[in-house]
Amino acid sequence: MFSTLAPIVLQATWETLYMVGVSLFLATALGLPLGVLLATSGRGELLEAPLFQKIIGPIVNATRSVPFIILAVAIIPFTRFVVGTSIGTSAAIVPLTVAAIPFIARIIEGAIREVDSGLTEAAQAMGARPLQVVTKVLLPEALPGIIHGLTLTAVTLIGYSAMVGAVGAGGLGDLGIRYGYQRFRPDVMAVVVVTLIVVVQAVQMFGDRLARKADKRNI
Amino acid sequence: MIRLSNVQKTYPARRGSEPHKALHGINLDIAAGEIVGVIGRSGAGKSTLIRCINLLENPTSGAVVVDGTDVTTLPKRDLPLFRRQLGMVFQHFNLLSSRTVYDNIALPLELAGASKAEIAAAVDPLLPLVGLDDKRDRYPAELSGGQKQRVGIARALSSNPKVLLCDEVTSALDPETTRQILTLLKDINKRLGLTMVVITHEMAVVKALCDRVAVMDGGVIVEEGEVAGIFAAPKHATTKSLLADEFIEFRAGTDANTADHNTDDNSSRQEG
Ligand SMILES: Nc1ncnc2c1ncn2[C@@H]1O[C@H](COP(=O)(O)OP(=O)(O)O)[C@@H](O)[C@H]1O
Ligand SMILES: [Mg+2]
Repeated sequence: MFSTLAPIVLQATWETLYMVGVSLFLATALGLPLGVLLATSGRGELLEAPLFQKIIGPIVNATRSVPFIILAVAIIPFTRFVVGTSIGTSAAIVPLTVAAIPFIARIIEGAIREVDSGLTEAAQAMGARPLQVVTKVLLPEALPGIIHGLTLTAVTLIGYSAMVGAVGAGGLGDLGIRYGYQRFRPDVMAVVVVTLIVVVQAVQMFGDRLARKADKRNI
Repeated sequence: MIRLSNVQKTYPARRGSEPHKALHGINLDIAAGEIVGVIGRSGAGKSTLIRCINLLENPTSGAVVVDGTDVTTLPKRDLPLFRRQLGMVFQHFNLLSSRTVYDNIALPLELAGASKAEIAAAVDPLLPLVGLDDKRDRYPAELSGGQKQRVGIARALSSNPKVLLCDEVTSALDPETTRQILTLLKDINKRLGLTMVVITHEMAVVKALCDRVAVMDGGVIVEEGEVAGIFAAPKHATTKSLLADEFIEFRAGTDANTADHNTDDNSSRQEG
């Protein structure tokens, strides 16, 4: 029995990691600049752009307040437009990414706001241009917080990916629903749950390790 | 070298507060190579004054002439270039925790686009100058307060500025470390001929370091002159009371020397 199950679980684990990995990457690429701007575009701040703050802030909040499963269904037309289909592992990446962008943006914003304003001032006194303050001071100093936040995002995305699994995206959630629930295979359900726990633990440990390595504040 | 003419600074009103006039027409002349102290109580406007020199604060009116240029008229995009001529040292060091001693000192050069070789050529001689040869690859968290401030000073010097702006640079340090840092600054002034503006609330700092001193109170310079003269014959009440504090601190210092060390929790570890 186990020999027939192993390849299926392995395949599902791979699908989950693929969905989460790609959406985490895309959402970071888009959420990072957004987070930087949220943290620095206020009146009198480094990259002053109050209008941006006024428009983007509410959009970010709105996206974050929609429950994920509803968001995933609501943006199906958009998903279809981007991927060509709304079913499958690749299609699941779209709602996962869309949900993660505002999450990551807020996390990056928070991590940057934690950086002592004295450092920004020191950098400006040295002749740093605003973008240099971001790249040379704010992001490196916020890095441990950013890594913590991205780890949190990855774990949340693993949970979300199980939900999109339920609408045919593959992955561990899909496997659990199809075999464990619909075909009454509690053994499959158990294996899926244990695998999810192991994956989450591994991601968390890896993230903690990276964050600790990046953090030079307590040596 | 630096001339402030009728510099005024009013901080705009914020939620729940009136606009605040921090500087009421400051006039101050600082010659090249000179160490000028600005002393006053907390809230007198000292930090505002020094921040108006490198335009971290924009004066509301008046002129700030550095090396012949009224820098208040510079367009915003030229400010970084102008600021590279001035080094600044801070009370709380403001070092990047994510960078080693070497990389902290290198930062101003990196910002200016210097090559690795140029950076090494500038930073390597600074490490022995501030007494940190053996801390090159350490992080700020591994340093005592005095050592952190040495990094702060080296960083301010690395872009080879003409002026060093020091805002309460010994106020977070214990008396012994303070003495060492003041000696270092004096030495740097002699060796490099740097012009220095030194903000402090302690007369002892002025006495140890400065050629001239301006006494500030309520956003105004109330008295100004050679340090020796001011100490011998203080005229204004503020000056007299700052001198009186000094006497009290000195007395308290001899009675309870150990208590002072609490101001710098790390300093006992490695300072020396
Ligand atoms: N950014 C600011 N906004 C509003 N008021 C300020 C600001 N910075 C300083 N002030 C006020 O200006 C006065 C002078 O401050 P400061 O120059 O920091 O004094 P000092 O350095 O002598 O202690 C104080 O009353 C302070 O509250
Ligand atoms: Mg001050």
